Amino acid sequence: MSIPDQYADTSTWSYHIDEEYYAALDRTRALFEEDWPEPDATLLHEATAFLSREARLIDQGRFNAWLELFSDDCLYWVPVTAGGGDPRVEVSHAFDDRRRLTDRVYWLRTGLAYSQIPASRTRRLVGNVEALELDPETRLIRSNFVVHEFRAGVTKVYAGWYAHTLVKTEHAWQIKVKRANLLDSEQYHENLTLVF
Amino acid sequence: MTSQKSVPRGPGKTATALARGRWSAHVLEDRVHRTLYTDPAVFHEELVKVYGGQSWVYLAHESQLPEPNSYLSVNMGQRPLILTRDRNGELHGIFNRCSHRGATLCRDESGTARSFQCPYHGWTFRNTGELVGAPWPEGYGPDFDRSKFGLRRVNRIASYRGFIFGTLNDDAVSLGEWLGPARGWLDYWIDRAPGGEVFVRSAAFRMGFRGNWKLAYDNAGDGYHPAFSHRSLLDMASRMGDAKDMSYFGKTPDDGPMKSYALGHGHSVIDQRPAHDGPGSFWSNQRPQPGREKFEELIRSQHPADADTLLDLCVGSQINLSIFPNLLIIGNQIQVIEPLAVDRTQLTWHATTIGGVPPEVNTIRIRTQEDFPAFGEPDDQANFEEVQRGLAVVEDEWILMNRGLGTGWQEMTEDGVVKTTVTDELHMRRYYEEWVRLMAGEAT
Ligand code: FES
Ligand SMILES: [Fe+2]
Repeated sequence: MSIPDQYADTSTWSYHIDEEYYAALDRTRALFEEDWPEPDATLLHEATAFLSREARLIDQGRFNAWLELFSDDCLYWVPVTAGGGDPRVEVSHAFDDRRRLTDRVYWLRTGLAYSQIPASRTRRLVGNVEALELDPETRLIRSNFVVHEFRAGVTKVYAGWYAHTLVKTEHAWQIKVKRANLLDSEQYHENLTLVF
Repeated sequence: MTSQKSVPRGPGKTATALARGRWSAHVLEDRVHRTLYTDPAVFHEELVKVYGGQSWVYLAHESQLPEPNSYLSVNMGQRPLILTRDRNGELHGIFNRCSHRGATLCRDESGTARSFQCPYHGWTFRNTGELVGAPWPEGYGPDFDRSKFGLRRVNRIASYRGFIFGTLNDDAVSLGEWLGPARGWLDYWIDRAPGGEVFVRSAAFRMGFRGNWKLAYDNAGDGYHPAFSHRSLLDMASRMGDAKDMSYFGKTPDDGPMKSYALGHGHSVIDQRPAHDGPGSFWSNQRPQPGREKFEELIRSQHPADADTLLDLCVGSQINLSIFPNLLIIGNQIQVIEPLAVDRTQLTWHATTIGGVPPEVNTIRIRTQEDFPAFGEPDDQANFEEVQRGLAVVEDEWILMNRGLGTGWQEMTEDGVVKTTVTDELHMRRYYEEWVRLMAGEAT
């Protein structure tokens, strides 16, 4: 799809999330449900290294650097319905295009978000990594996570799995879609303002 | 606080007057006592009398029971309850509690079923509550009368235009009378949808906080807090220059155009609409949603005549309607207060879609309904939790609700509705009158 020039900056405008965008999201999601062939060592190594680095940036609270990992047409998605549901008619904990994700990072850093004063301390384990090269410019990575969070005297644990779609740009691999599927996404949660 | 055991039990006016007197030291004109938020005994009494007793309690929206024989698991206070439609579509409220030895019958959240078989010893009940049969009934002797062992039912179930309420009080006033002037505000909210069709289909945000349930109710009618509690949101919204939704709460809200209304029976509403002007202004004030620009272009080109109306429908109603004790209408969401413990509460946010509009309107409407729960509500809930923590100072006994007293802001309108400034704490003073009545066991 072509984006009119005045809307090219996706941290300010969102012209590209349309019917076709949702349809493409459905198609990629279906691939994440399939069995994949065993990845070669390089692919697996690169996928694991990418996830580890991303996890560390979040856990270190380096959200601007984290944001830079995402592509212009990215989606950071934390569904409510386990597995995703239909985002056209269902809300998500996060359904962030580049603009909303920039908002989220900005919001976290305002120093005024009382739900993050004090800020969450997190540390996460990412494992069971599988990777699939769809084409030379596109990779899918599937992994499990356990996120430990400590905030305001309370320790919590979140488990689930990530579905990453990475795209290759001139300089690096970037995240086109990151979907964090919480095991209990549709259940009771206190203060879900941490980043998954 | 006064010992519960000293309160006379039983019917009669004297007992009631005394019971009411029991709270006279805890609910004053301008303040309430901290123990109403911290004492487990008060909480357990509320579960019986405010989420039961003489009260009407919100249970669910009819769209959650879409067809004959649908059922939905909900709670009335902490009583597990199955709301059902029978085969003719009639609504029933039956407690999810086997009449044999008490096991819950239904352990799924929703579905369709003509009957429920208890997983413990196999007693089977119709979705209207009658006992159909018990395995090997000979064991109950020849005189076993099944008709005596049906499931306990909610005394009365009633729906106002899709909003289902229940009461355990056979003599309660009708739901319509109890809603009173709140009906007109619900009507406005429902009739925004062409054809008045509202659907609860999305999975809900089940947000929890470590605080008393009344902190959520106190806040729902509070036009004083947004400029402070939501500073992060307001700051974020001005990231790209112009201020957006709710920034108007910061501009001398005491004499601004927004008003709040005390509607009787503890209900109240904040009307933010006067802070907007004309069709399209809800939309233009809304913080941007994913897909906004392409969508607006599409709607303006395909529906030029009613584009502004369609765009406004993607954005909240600009009213915050509180129906005591547990229903909060905020934006386009139906929020339900679920009390879990004296210091723990679940706020269930149901997003809504509507009939009579192009599907992409509902999609953007859904995207809008992700915004406030992510960037607004968590800060409020953090403040609720910090109130609960603050209330541990036993010696500092009072929570104030005196803002607006002595100002002359309040103005009596028809139906006994009191109109006032949006930052008045009148909504608290009025719902506590209802709370005292319910806790005293008086008919509403
Ligand atoms: S408890 Fe239900 S059949 Fe025994
Ligand atoms: Fe608020």
